[in-house]
Amino acid sequence: MAAEGEKKPVLEMVQADGADEGCVTFVLHEEDHTLGNSLRYMIMKSVDVNFCGYTITHPSESKINFRIQTRGGVAATEPLRRGLNELNDVCQHVLNTFQGRVNEFKEREEPPME
Amino acid sequence: MAAIMDNVEEIRNRVILGEFGVKNVHTTDFPGNYPGYDDTWDMEKFQKNFRIDVVHLDENSMEFDMVGIDAAIANAFRRILLAEVPTMAIEKVFMYNNTSIVQDEVLAHRLGLIPIKADPRLFEYRNTGEETSEEEGSEIDTIQMQLKIKCSINPRASKDSSDPRELYLNHMVYSRDIKWVPIGNQADVFADSSIGPVHEDILIAQLRPGQELDIIMHCVKGTGKDHAKFSPVATASYRLLPEITLLELVEGEKAKRLKCCFSRGVIDLEEIHGRKVAKVVNSRLDTCSREVLRHDDLKNLVKIGRVRDHFIFTVESTGILAPDVLVTEAVKVLMRKCQRFLSELDSTGME
Repeated sequence: MAAEGEKKPVLEMVQADGADEGCVTFVLHEEDHTLGNSLRYMIMKSVDVNFCGYTITHPSESKINFRIQTRGGVAATEPLRRGLNELNDVCQHVLNTFQGRVNEFKEREEPPME
Repeated sequence: MAAIMDNVEEIRNRVILGEFGVKNVHTTDFPGNYPGYDDTWDMEKFQKNFRIDVVHLDENSMEFDMVGIDAAIANAFRRILLAEVPTMAIEKVFMYNNTSIVQDEVLAHRLGLIPIKADPRLFEYRNTGEETSEEEGSEIDTIQMQLKIKCSINPRASKDSSDPRELYLNHMVYSRDIKWVPIGNQADVFADSSIGPVHEDILIAQLRPGQELDIIMHCVKGTGKDHAKFSPVATASYRLLPEITLLELVEGEKAKRLKCCFSRGVIDLEEIHGRKVAKVVNSRLDTCSREVLRHDDLKNLVKIGRVRDHFIFTVESTGILAPDVLVTEAVKVLMRKCQRFLSELDSTGME
């Protein structure tokens, strides 16, 4: 599942022998608590998800093991994809709100030249 | 029943600072945890509850409230501000001459930490990995700087002077002595944005007559997780909004003592029928020092808590980018992380 030898892997999927597609450990390369914890929160907000957690394998390795276990035969990639999309939408909303409020603040501080 | 519901609401929405520890620290509003609550993710509900209030904004620092978001995501923004918003900093130092008493490696380290005013969004990361172009940087990924200075005796100094400022010329090397040397078309592209150190009065070294520095520096784009010199903030932090509730009427001497237990401006004394009664006026100002818990007769009269989803962010820039630009960049970095994995999911077809 790893990308070709030359390119650095971004995402890997690890499954135990005989486990169904609802129990998967994803290896997210070049990530840490920043994405790990916020993505875990978004994914745990889903009813399909039985368990979601992550570990940092070793302080000198920059990757995390991101575990998802689902209910009712849902593939683990589903909540992962949904979590990433929702986190992206949350950021978009935060960005729009922030820029709007900063512009309001700046206008209030120094009213535009007449 | 209503009491139980109140209790559940408190566990969900407040962090309680108790005498022997902090209660309800973790986020618990996940589906299945509380009967009668629908805790599945709801974008509309989030958008309705989410709020940002800018409290203070100037060229170097800002304070704003971010309300209605989980600590996991607020903390991601904070972490990104510290370690993943890129800036330009001196990375390679070519020392042609250094006869000062500052050793080469110490001097190189000092130079690296100087904030460089240049918009990192207009530059690319320099290719790491292969060291094929070790010394060569191009106009899209490198800023070249030069520091060439020599100390000499001031011929106009008075004979009996003992003040080095009068006796010598160029004996203090400041960041203002670092000059930008444009590469390629940089002189035209960055004509209206002067590239150079943010602060002109950072002391780099002290020289004596005859000592000189001749240094070429390359600034590259990098992030704080590689080296702290790339961090765009002096500090970025948040705290939860304190909430102080008086459980009983507190008056007289007790009220005075209660007022002194908290930061100035948190509790005020009001005259009601000729008695001084304590009242919480602005709990935001409190530092949550727990002083009140040392008074046995007062500790049960107040409840100290923090609002779980109300973050008071403080962002202090190093001066390279405005603090509001830093926050928007941080949010974009998190979005880019999401998109990186979404496109990877699509391209590998892991279904």
